Amino acid sequence: MTRTLSSRPADAATAARRPILSPRVRRIVEKLVAAAVVLWGAATAAFLAQIALPGDRATTILNVRSGQTQLRTPEELASINAEYGLQNPILVQYLDYVGGLLRGDLGVSYQQHRPVWGIISEQVGATLTLTAVTLVLAWVLMIFWVTLTAGRGTKIRALGSGVDTVTAGLPPYWLGILLLLVFALGLGWFPVIGGTGVDGIVLPALTLAIPLAGFMGQATRTEFERSLTAPFIITARMRGMSDLNIRLRHVLRHAILPAVTLSGWAIGATISGAVIVESLFTRPGIGSVLITAVDSQDLPVVTGVVVLVAATYVVANLLVDLAYTVIDPRMRNS
Amino acid sequence: MMTILDSSVLPGIGQGPAARPVRLSVNNLNVGFSHHGTVRPVVRNVSFNLEEGQCVAIVGESGSGKSVTARTLVGLTGQHAVVDAGGIRLGDDDLTALSPKRWRSIRGRRIGFILQDALVSLDPLRPVGKEIEEALTLHGWGDRASRKRKVLDLLASVGVPAPRNRARQRPDELSGGLRQRALIASAIALDPEIVIADEPTTALDVTVQAQVLLLLEDMKRRGTSILLISHDLSVVAHLADQILVMSGGEVVEQGTAHSILTDPQHPYTQGLINAVPSRDTRGSRLAPAREVAPVHTAAHANDDHAGFDGPVLEATGLVKHFTAPDGSRTAAVNDVSFSLGRGETLGIVGESGSGKSTTARIALALENADAGTVRLLGQDWSAIPETRRRRLRKQISVVYQDPLSSFDPRWNTERILLDSLPAGAFATAAQRRERVLALLAQVGLPDSVLHRFPLQLSGGQRQRVAIARALAPSPSIVVLDEAVSALDVSIQAQILDLLVDLQRQFGLSYLFISHDLGVISHMSDRVLVMKDGFVVESGTADQIFTAPAHPYTKELLGALPTLDENHSVSVSPAASVPPATEGSAP
Amino acid sequence: MTGVLERTVAPVQRRRRVRVGFLASAVTIGVFLAAAVTPHVLAPSDPFTMDFTRALQSPSLAHWFGTDESGRDLFSRVIYGARESLAIGVGAAGLGVLVALVLGSIAALAGRILAGIVNRVIEVLFAFPTLLLALLLVSILGSSPLTLVIAVGLGSAPGYARMVRGQILSSKNSGYVEAARALGHARFTIFRRHILPNALRPLIAIFTMGVGQSIVWASGMAFIGLGVAPPSPEWGALLDAGRAYITQASWLIVLPGFVIVVLALAATTLGKHIQSSLEKGDA
Repeated sequence: MTRTLSSRPADAATAARRPILSPRVRRIVEKLVAAAVVLWGAATAAFLAQIALPGDRATTILNVRSGQTQLRTPEELASINAEYGLQNPILVQYLDYVGGLLRGDLGVSYQQHRPVWGIISEQVGATLTLTAVTLVLAWVLMIFWVTLTAGRGTKIRALGSGVDTVTAGLPPYWLGILLLLVFALGLGWFPVIGGTGVDGIVLPALTLAIPLAGFMGQATRTEFERSLTAPFIITARMRGMSDLNIRLRHVLRHAILPAVTLSGWAIGATISGAVIVESLFTRPGIGSVLITAVDSQDLPVVTGVVVLVAATYVVANLLVDLAYTVIDPRMRNS
Repeated sequence: MMTILDSSVLPGIGQGPAARPVRLSVNNLNVGFSHHGTVRPVVRNVSFNLEEGQCVAIVGESGSGKSVTARTLVGLTGQHAVVDAGGIRLGDDDLTALSPKRWRSIRGRRIGFILQDALVSLDPLRPVGKEIEEALTLHGWGDRASRKRKVLDLLASVGVPAPRNRARQRPDELSGGLRQRALIASAIALDPEIVIADEPTTALDVTVQAQVLLLLEDMKRRGTSILLISHDLSVVAHLADQILVMSGGEVVEQGTAHSILTDPQHPYTQGLINAVPSRDTRGSRLAPAREVAPVHTAAHANDDHAGFDGPVLEATGLVKHFTAPDGSRTAAVNDVSFSLGRGETLGIVGESGSGKSTTARIALALENADAGTVRLLGQDWSAIPETRRRRLRKQISVVYQDPLSSFDPRWNTERILLDSLPAGAFATAAQRRERVLALLAQVGLPDSVLHRFPLQLSGGQRQRVAIARALAPSPSIVVLDEAVSALDVSIQAQILDLLVDLQRQFGLSYLFISHDLGVISHMSDRVLVMKDGFVVESGTADQIFTAPAHPYTKELLGALPTLDENHSVSVSPAASVPPATEGSAP
Repeated sequence: MTGVLERTVAPVQRRRRVRVGFLASAVTIGVFLAAAVTPHVLAPSDPFTMDFTRALQSPSLAHWFGTDESGRDLFSRVIYGARESLAIGVGAAGLGVLVALVLGSIAALAGRILAGIVNRVIEVLFAFPTLLLALLLVSILGSSPLTLVIAVGLGSAPGYARMVRGQILSSKNSGYVEAARALGHARFTIFRRHILPNALRPLIAIFTMGVGQSIVWASGMAFIGLGVAPPSPEWGALLDAGRAYITQASWLIVLPGFVIVVLALAATTLGKHIQSSLEKGDA
């Protein structure tokens, strides 16, 4: 007894409960919400850090400002409490802080007694320039090295990934010192003290870019070698494409995807790495601001930098997502 | 553009003048791979001639050297390859000593190459039109505008409707049939004299496979010479004029398709032909008989439910919806009902996305259905909480397609099997060990595999361990979810024989899930045919395979290639020229 | 025939190559451990004895790493500094892995709401680069070795937590866990037998690499004057002290830095070998 079913209306099979938003819009909204949550979390963490400072905050502020530890009179404390709103309940302080952040107000420095944004904005340009140059340099170095060495003979491959591993593990301070000793003190090609000129940025940027290139290179190399053996690459070879062409036109696009993902994180890491490098090359930037602030417990400045870096990270990651969908259009709908 | 083809079109096939020009001649080809100074031979003494408008097929299982042979012919054997040949001639050119640049001018222009599944064989990030155009650009064909037009012409010539729209889509946006056509278009863009097709239909649904085979046949009729590489004799049976059977790097038998298929001389070829499961092989063994150790049957004591004589597994009105990434909901399983009797095999056959594997997972209660119920040995199964189900779990077990991922990589065979024994069934360590050894014997494995890890086992051995694990709790039912699909045909034959033996011995009931109609017809007593989540037809195996009633079943059977060289695959009119709406993947 | 050949030849070759890198890095780590446990055996002289007549001598046979501004033997100081540096590295990596294990397990295994919250926490922590998080903690707690351990440990935790989460999730969705479910094993049994061991094993590799990275971070803090302070022979403190003499006695900063690089590289290499042998499933 053979039983058959007449074919049913096709729309019953692909049940029609259409989502309200188109997948693309939905995805963008989700990303923006997630970014806002991370920013809010970062702001909260920054606020908690200020609360967590041991001892009476008004006393600490006065001590930080005068640079000496001593007992303060109630009058002195009252004026500070009023200035920083410390007499308010914690919740009110928190709302004030978050509200201030929304208006672009990062708080007031304990030490310098002026808005944190003012202090940071004077220095942030130099650091952002260094970060941008570093990223570009790291990408160029990484792509050049990986394309040159990945998927070659055993020895070249070992050399390629060996260099990746070694450079990825180089501490920036040590690499910076070596570059300084060789190219500035030894050969005299670059100035010892950074400054803001074009030749002053080369060594600091290299110091940050080389380990970053090694780090991204490890991820890119794995993907590069995987792609090189993929069937679609064999198809391209069968079409008569040359090896270099294949590497540049097909493989690279697949291989850089992990490094693109890493770049969002790398921007944050480079800004914080800049602290060390700026100190080493005596370059202007938020590095010196931050080190002084940490040393003197000037917390509003420290948290201000932290919040700004977190915000940069969030924005960078949104851009990375965008770049990702451009490179891999399949991601657009998933 | 088609001058070479047009001038050479001959009336009919196989009855043309004997003096057809030889396009490719391979004389005594040897290939080895060097490794630290020693050369390991992988291809030995391969010779053949490929004439105009002819198809030569190389058939062999994995590791036979067939793909290496094909790649050597386009100079892409690999870095460590050592090639030695009496001669390889493409027309008047000697291919044994070419510069890389000369090779590149031959690849794509004079020899086209088609690999398996276009989903992975075309760059997944680029529109298919760009991929086809690339072949033209590389060989300096025409200008920009004429290339764009040529791409559309090519897509149209391989039967892609609305080529202007399709050319802009990526492989993942096209249906399986359309993207495979696009891949073929990129290989024949420059009208090569020879097309090498390396497993061009592997991993494709049977209806798509039929479309591709018809396309290749069409190319051959127009004078293109085809070198077809396949593990599947039935795929090449209709298309090939000459067949080379390879095993372990050597050609074990070579001759006309007719003589190889009807009168194979070499035992390996005979085994290969006998190993192909089909309706006609039901009840007979597929693999040469092998010594099987005496088996302890006493251990498979499954008397708890011996008195029960209803269906061991009964599913009623199963429905399962999935939410796609874009938020829309599709029904993977729609109103599926079936029952499985004791000692019976129920086959569920369907193409990818038909819902057969989801049905299996619901039957195993690893997935909850949105509606419908499953009863196991007459008791509630799907409707009870997992904690109460565990007591019954030992009655139903499963074997997956990929055993490697179903084993914890940290565990060796012994640990895997010990872990699968029902808790409390065996009191002492000695009894447990005895049971494990008995299980190994039942699936025909030596004791020496006990201390091996899954990675150290061959594919067939792994599947035997998976079967032993499934037998360990002495189940009434075994769900076999594409359990032989990843195996070479000779290994598949051994596993299928083993499954038949075990069923007879223990009175097992099988729920047998496969995309392969041959395997299903060999194994099943009754069959469900699924499409898009629906059961389109059900009945006994004989009814389904001799007198299919539903158009889809007819289409599937028509698309199935067989060893009969006179049987041509057919494609339903709807499939051969897909309507524009079918072009986009769901 | 060829199949058999392939199977017997390949693993042997691979294993030999694995051993060279593995041995070199294991021996290096062993030497550093020996220096941490018994510095007096390895050090040629006392690391604290000052002798201003021999101040700032460049490296020689007598003083392999030269002498510092107080005439102390730098090589001995590096050896004596190993204990504190390694302790900071091990402590920070241990803390990082522990926090990561807790956060990562909850994120992978807890119910939807709790897992969602923990996932957000990991995301937020990830937005703070390790060094910045460490600086924030130092500015609250003040600079001390313990602060350094906490700061670097917490700073590296979010990255590890993501790996733990990914590992547990892939294990949870793996074929072998489904096979265990089909066999009727209880949820906790599956967690204990499959998910936890498969998630813990990569942590050994992460921890090994983490020790090297933590020492690099901690010494970086010291380099900008916010870590362990001189006159301790802790490596970061040596860097801090050596900065002043970069033009006239560069070995004071280059050589301790080199030691840190070697240790970090050895730890990374060892960790990678552990990782790849785990992936092959035969360790």
